[in-house]
Amino acid sequence: MNRSSISNSGFVILLVLLAGLLQGCSGGPDANSELPYLGERQVVQRESGGQQVADTVYHRIPDFAFINQDSQVVTSLTLQDKVYVTDFFFTTCPTICPKMKSQMLRVYEAFKDEPQLVLLSHTIDPAHDTVAVLRDYAERLQVSSDKWHFVTGEKDSIYDIALQYMVTAQEDQEEPGGFVHSGAFVLVDQNRHVRGIYDGTDPAQVDKLIRDIPALLDSNKKKKKKQDADTQ
Amino acid sequence: MQIPNKLLAQAAGMAALLTLTQCFTDKQNEGERFYTQYCANCHMDDGSGLRNLIPPLAGADYLESHRDELACIIKHGQTGNIVVNGKNYNQGMPAFEQLDKGEITNILNYVQTSFGNSNERFTIREVELQLNKCRHLLER
Ligand code: HEC
Repeated sequence: MNRSSISNSGFVILLVLLAGLLQGCSGGPDANSELPYLGERQVVQRESGGQQVADTVYHRIPDFAFINQDSQVVTSLTLQDKVYVTDFFFTTCPTICPKMKSQMLRVYEAFKDEPQLVLLSHTIDPAHDTVAVLRDYAERLQVSSDKWHFVTGEKDSIYDIALQYMVTAQEDQEEPGGFVHSGAFVLVDQNRHVRGIYDGTDPAQVDKLIRDIPALLDSNKKKKKKQDADTQ
Repeated sequence: MQIPNKLLAQAAGMAALLTLTQCFTDKQNEGERFYTQYCANCHMDDGSGLRNLIPPLAGADYLESHRDELACIIKHGQTGNIVVNGKNYNQGMPAFEQLDKGEITNILNYVQTSFGNSNERFTIREVELQLNKCRHLLER
């Protein structure tokens, strides 16, 4: 009886030690290094303590401001500190959009209870897809607007930001529905760096997206913890 | 002599049956192929549709209650509010004017007999008659 309780507490101590060890090594700067940084990067030289240091500056989505299905302005600040998945579509799209939306719904359902993950769908046909049209679309999809923003705005700003996400979106009278666009889902981290591009019409790639997202969420939590610890 | 004759007849019968089923499955395949190419993006591979945006084809009462209009819906599209299994839809479906009556028949038969549906099949003749009724839409 005694012996077994002693060995039990020994086991618990061992576990606590192990946990401490594991935490110690996972808090490093490349805790989320398994997901690449996509897009062009620049190496910037700076001085630090009399020495030249090279910093890598990753491609970053610039500031933006669009209007969502509730007529609310959605900006880069709205999405600050969040991980988000974004895509480009239009409500009258005769081709891949409904398939993309059914796959995006899978992401929506998988992270329904994770407030740090939001979805951002841009219309590439703002002339037709007004706030009212987007609201009807979102309502028919039965999704909540604080989780999934359907946004519209200046045509040029939408097409420009698509380039920043490395997504094709263009008007083209030859194409069905009048636009060419890719079915890409783009995964963006808390610092607006692009961390993954997935084919939103392919369930297997969307599976991977759903598996990849937690890595970004976790690394943020760890950083937060570290920051809290640092400021104490 | 009797036996080989009988065998021959049997073999011929088998061959006829085989070509028939072959022909049948080819048509079935065409229906499925066209469905995947033209319809699955919206109605999904399993005919489930998309929430309240795109109506289902799986178990849709519409396929029976509006059987006489289905060929024209495919050929000329569909706009305005429609009710499928008690739900309202109003997204609009594009026209597929490039499809001919044979192709439409095959697609419809695929829809009528897939996704758990077991509705009556269409003949080309029936589809042709339906299309005659909405021919004026082509001359707009
Ligand atoms: C761009 C998306 C889209 C495509 C592609 C599409 N449909 Fe539809 N379909 C719809 C929508 C939306 C409706 C409802 C129309 C409305 O609200 O007026 C509909 C309605 C229907 C209906 C009647 C309602 C029901 O669910 O039974 C049938 C039958 C149908 N579609 C079959 C097809 C077939 C067959 C194809 C391929 C040849 C096809 N559709 C391609 C979007 C689409």
